Amino acid sequence: MKSVILQAGTRYLVGLLLLFSVYMLWRGHNEPGGGFIGGLIGSTGFVLYAIAFGTEAARNALRATPQTIAMFGLGLALVAGLFSAVFGDALFTGQWLFLGADPADKDDKGLPLSTVLVFDIGVYLVVFGSILTLVFAMEEEI
Amino acid sequence: MADTSEHGARGNGPVGWIPVAIAAVLFVWFLSFVGPISRGDTLDLTISWVPSLGIGLDFRVDGLGLTFGLLISGIGALVLLYSNTYLAGHPQYARFALYLTSFMLAMLGLVLADNLIGLFVFWELTTITSYLLIGFNHESEKGRRSALQAMLVTGAGALALLAGLILLGQAAGTYSISEIVAQGEVIHEHPLYIPILVLVLLGAFTKSAQVPFHFWLPNAMAAPTPVSAFLHSATMVKAGVYLMARLHPSLAGTDVWLWTLTTAGAITAVFASFMALRQTDLKQALAYTTLMALGTLTLFLGQDFDYAITAFVTFLIVHSLYKAALFLVVGCVDHATGTREADVLGGLGRVMPVTAIAAAVAAFSMAGFPPFLGFIGKELKYAGALGVASEPTVVAGAVLLANALMLAVAGVVALGPFWLKPKGPFPRTPHEAPWQMLAGPVILAALGALFGINPGLLQASLVNPTVGGFLGDPNEAKQLQLWAGVNLPLFMSIATFAVGLVFYAFHKPMRAMLARIDAATPSLDDWWDDILAGLRALAAWQTRLLQSGVLRQYMAVTFATIFAALAGTMLARGLGPLSTAFYGAAWTDWAICLLILAGTAIVVVTNSRIAAVASLGVVGIGVALVFIAYSAPDVAITQLLVETLVVVLVGVAMLRLPYLDPLDQPDHRPPDAVLAVAVGLVTTLVALAVLATPMDLRLTAYFEAASWPEAFGRNIVNVILVDFRALDTFGEIAVVVVAGLASYALLRTTAPKGDKQ
Repeated sequence: MKSVILQAGTRYLVGLLLLFSVYMLWRGHNEPGGGFIGGLIGSTGFVLYAIAFGTEAARNALRATPQTIAMFGLGLALVAGLFSAVFGDALFTGQWLFLGADPADKDDKGLPLSTVLVFDIGVYLVVFGSILTLVFAMEEEI
Repeated sequence: MADTSEHGARGNGPVGWIPVAIAAVLFVWFLSFVGPISRGDTLDLTISWVPSLGIGLDFRVDGLGLTFGLLISGIGALVLLYSNTYLAGHPQYARFALYLTSFMLAMLGLVLADNLIGLFVFWELTTITSYLLIGFNHESEKGRRSALQAMLVTGAGALALLAGLILLGQAAGTYSISEIVAQGEVIHEHPLYIPILVLVLLGAFTKSAQVPFHFWLPNAMAAPTPVSAFLHSATMVKAGVYLMARLHPSLAGTDVWLWTLTTAGAITAVFASFMALRQTDLKQALAYTTLMALGTLTLFLGQDFDYAITAFVTFLIVHSLYKAALFLVVGCVDHATGTREADVLGGLGRVMPVTAIAAAVAAFSMAGFPPFLGFIGKELKYAGALGVASEPTVVAGAVLLANALMLAVAGVVALGPFWLKPKGPFPRTPHEAPWQMLAGPVILAALGALFGINPGLLQASLVNPTVGGFLGDPNEAKQLQLWAGVNLPLFMSIATFAVGLVFYAFHKPMRAMLARIDAATPSLDDWWDDILAGLRALAAWQTRLLQSGVLRQYMAVTFATIFAALAGTMLARGLGPLSTAFYGAAWTDWAICLLILAGTAIVVVTNSRIAAVASLGVVGIGVALVFIAYSAPDVAITQLLVETLVVVLVGVAMLRLPYLDPLDQPDHRPPDAVLAVAVGLVTTLVALAVLATPMDLRLTAYFEAASWPEAFGRNIVNVILVDFRALDTFGEIAVVVVAGLASYALLRTTAPKGDKQ
């Protein structure tokens, strides 16, 4: 399927979709969003790219195989969960670091960094990789 | 023989010695318990497993457990030492050693477990490992058949046992065996007593090969001889006996227990003794004598008075010692001559003097001659049989007959091959077995003699605490003594010798006669292959029926099942109040409903695939709107995105699909419509019924309150996903990965056609 209009539009849309997916992932802890939704949006971008330019081009643009990405995400989520063991907490207990927070203000969290975010990135990569695994394989099969 | 390798120049290396060392260390460790146990202590080790269900890896060492533990580890060590030479240089020895060691450990776990479920787990571990051991010669058809038969028979029994143990645990209110036993005979009065008894005995009888489940045991002789020695003497088949003994304080004492065990045991003992005499293969003959022993042990477990229980404990030990020794002797003979046929063997006494003496000593114990332990065991058996509450004459007669036949079989096994003239040429030139193979028979036979001459050694250390476990008081145990005075058991012993010698003198004509009777009587073994073939045919038939390969039929079956389950439950339980809250719904809700209904209607009537997909999208978006209306933006976004991806996927797949409604098929829409309406109706009813029950909002309230202060997030859905319920989420994404990889593998079963640009 070669369509100049689709290809031209896709060039911009893919970037926007990926950016938007990361944004949804990032804000997920306080606003609607999160790793699952982010991964879905991100994969939509590459699905679109594959429709416009073919799966081979999409695979090249992705560099890593989608299966690897999914497995890496699963491993990342596991590591994030196991990390709490270092501090003697129960597994999958979130560990937080508030960069630049004012200790006096209880609601000032500064820049919050956490294993929970790492876990969510793992979820993102799993959803992203698994959907692309399926879609690419299907498109190549047909 | 397939299982006897020539002496390899190379041994088995550490793989051969390490298991021996493990078993020996365990044996010494168990020996260290003899002191405390004989003083009446018990030792406990508790590992919590599923505490909420009362299931744990609890272990308890008491008299019964220690007796079994010593037999298992001690005979295990000797058998492993023996195997290392018997199978020297076997290319798969590492596998063999692993199976045998695992089997030994599973057996130890079984006899020491103090939790019903823990006991069952070890029970099944012995089933699996014995399957691997019996089928060790997996290249032979017979070996595979025997292994599968043993596993299916004992496995089917184990299923019954599991049900029985769970019922027992429910009835007693605890899964801890020591607590159940401590409750004594409370279980008798429980309404579930009979079901418990039937199920538990099914498990025990199949494992311990009581008639009519006996047929797998002689077939299990397909295993290498050391395995037979181990399986038959101290382990596997004794597991069933152990179970009955372990639960004896709770279950025994009723008429049902008494009659079932006495009858099954007596029939098995007499039947097996005749069958043993009928065999010419020494190993088969020994296999049937094991059946006889199991029958006798079962018979005594049916009773609950001092003589019978003392007889049980003593005979348990006697039998393990002489049976392991004799099996190992037969292995030595087989190894040296290449045959096990009683009709051929003879004159080995000069060539294999040590083997011959060990065989003679073990056989004297088996035949029940003084001063061996077997004599004491036999005297106690007679005393026990005479004390049987019901029909003591019949029971004592059965035991006497079985013992006399045992004497004859002992002669066939241990006298003929060594001291009579050889009747035919041997496949190999015989030679004395190496010391590793002699250690087992010699030590075990010697123990039989030692304990016979000095029964006090056994009395205080093992017999008293074990009997105490049954009857509550170690002092209830009867004295083990060679000379108990002139009494009825003594006369019965003399009668046994006389009858047994007559049997031995005429064993050849008897054998021919028994062979004719055996050939004429049906056994489950004859029907076994037909039963299995029938089972396979049934499986094939129901697979063809259910797995048609037509997606429409799969979906019809799935939805019909859902309908049947829901409607059936509603009919059986009644529906309860229904919610009427939807009357007051806002007009927006009604509008969304209309949208969804319109989408559904178009899907149903359209003949265009594109229209159908698009209409399905409308349904999906309608559902997403519902989520938005009820402020669940995360779910709504996810729903929208999934809808988008589904449209893409279906669009891709559509290029290859046939027409939506091929004309050459009968119209399936009317029945489908009925099914759809029916499922929709029950689902709606369920939804309304659910809405009518008040929701438990405690969790929601907790998450709302704790989300910010404890997890530093304001989006509750996401906080639950990544923090409160992170482990669940991890499981889910693992499923996502597996699903992705599985579909990838399915799609790639044919080679990719290359990219279409």
